Amino acid sequence: MNQFNFRPLFRYEDAFIEGILTTLKLAFQAGAAGLILGLVCALLLGRGNRAINLIIRSYIELIRNTPPVIQIFIIFFVFPTIGVRLPPFEASVVALTLYFGAFVTEIVRSGLASIPRSQLEAGHCLGITNLQVFLHVVMLPALRNIYPSLTSQFILLLLGTSVASFISTEELFHTAAFVDSRTFRSFEVYALISAIYVSLVIAFRLFFFAFGKLAFRWPTAR
Amino acid sequence: MALVEIKGLRKSFKDLEVLKGVSLTVEKGDIVALIGRSGSGKSTLLRCINGLEETQGGTIEVGERQISAKMAGLREYRQRVGIVFQQFNLFPHMNVEKNVTLAPVLTGKVSKAEARKLAEECLAKVGMLEKINAWPEQLSGGQQQRVAIARCLAMAPELMLFDEVTSALDPELVGEVLKVMEDMARQGMTMVLVTHEMSFARNVASKVVFMHQGKIWEEGTPEAVFGDPQTPELRAFISSTHH
Ligand SMILES: Nc1ncnc2c1ncn2[C@@H]1O[C@H](COP(=O)(O)OP(=O)(O)O)[C@@H](O)[C@H]1O
Ligand SMILES: [Mg+2]
Repeated sequence: MNQFNFRPLFRYEDAFIEGILTTLKLAFQAGAAGLILGLVCALLLGRGNRAINLIIRSYIELIRNTPPVIQIFIIFFVFPTIGVRLPPFEASVVALTLYFGAFVTEIVRSGLASIPRSQLEAGHCLGITNLQVFLHVVMLPALRNIYPSLTSQFILLLLGTSVASFISTEELFHTAAFVDSRTFRSFEVYALISAIYVSLVIAFRLFFFAFGKLAFRWPTAR
Repeated sequence: MALVEIKGLRKSFKDLEVLKGVSLTVEKGDIVALIGRSGSGKSTLLRCINGLEETQGGTIEVGERQISAKMAGLREYRQRVGIVFQQFNLFPHMNVEKNVTLAPVLTGKVSKAEARKLAEECLAKVGMLEKINAWPEQLSGGQQQRVAIARCLAMAPELMLFDEVTSALDPELVGEVLKVMEDMARQGMTMVLVTHEMSFARNVASKVVFMHQGKIWEEGTPEAVFGDPQTPELRAFISSTHH
């Protein structure tokens, strides 16, 4: 057997960096859009309109019970037949947003449910508006309660961006497959991108930890 | 003209009728103590006055204005009525100052710059000034409850509602909260309070109202209600409160 040799990979440095940037862009864009989508869905679910609830519930069940790769295929290959034609990167963002948003909906819902009714009443009794009650009374404690699951879900999204390679979005995993096909250094290539993914996850976890410490400083009973 | 005028108030939760035609008048400056067994509808009555519950009959007038949970202007009305609950319900993620100034700032009663001074004034009234920067979780129950009262005072209410505000407190902490309420009474605040502290009702209230099975069973001055109860239900209730 030949020795491990990372040297042939060096000339693809730029491609790897491009891949990392695209992966991060996917995660950030789908993360931000999915967060908003999830928040809106969770708030709509709370309003108790039958038809809207049915639509949102179906969406969540659909996403949670099908493989992400099929979701991205449908958006890239099937949507054009109904006239929605997206380039790979955009299609990936849409698919990942829908994917992330479904999980965020459930997480946000549990966060809203974790705030006791008495807190809302105390807010309303002070004569402030519903929006003010949400923004000032509910939001931060709810966010604190769901922070661990929300950040974990984002990490899953970050790793899950690799499905975008199936529709030839040139993110990190796609780059790896490309370099592998050129160098035949499978072990080295996948060892390298594994290390990159792990480093990204560690970096995000550290950031989330530090941010959480800063944002949620109030002492809690439990 | 009375500050609060309740006539024939009816309130049900599904099939359960909880208030069965309650009529009550509260004059400005009155201290009305609501007493009665658990489940007799005392909390529900307070919640109706504050527009927290929809009612099924009768009327509530406060300051000559019809009150309901669905009325326009409910928010402005609530800015003039303070309510304090058994469980304090401070906002855990805000320090004491922020808890007190949140509503005055958001409703535009004071500017952000004046807020600190307002917090200091209100906290001084309840003896909590030195805890202005503390988190609620760092305070004892009695201290939290006094902050909750200061939070109401910051809105300069015309009427204060108290729902068993000392019931969740350790016995040694009850006194500090009652003292604050006594001070407020002496300053002329109109108050309606649900309480199990019979000596407080006897000594501070201008009117004592005994509720039983969703009705006002008996009412009068503390002397009359405690000294000369007219119904066996009230007599039984009073003797059950002496241990
Ligand atoms: N939100 C609610 N839903 C259903 N029943 C309720 C609700 N709130 C109170 N009740 C019922 O109404 C009755 C009166 O309750 P409450 O006003 O809390 O009494 P009190 O404060 O005198 O103990 C009780 O039987 C209670 O179980
Ligand atoms: Mg009660």
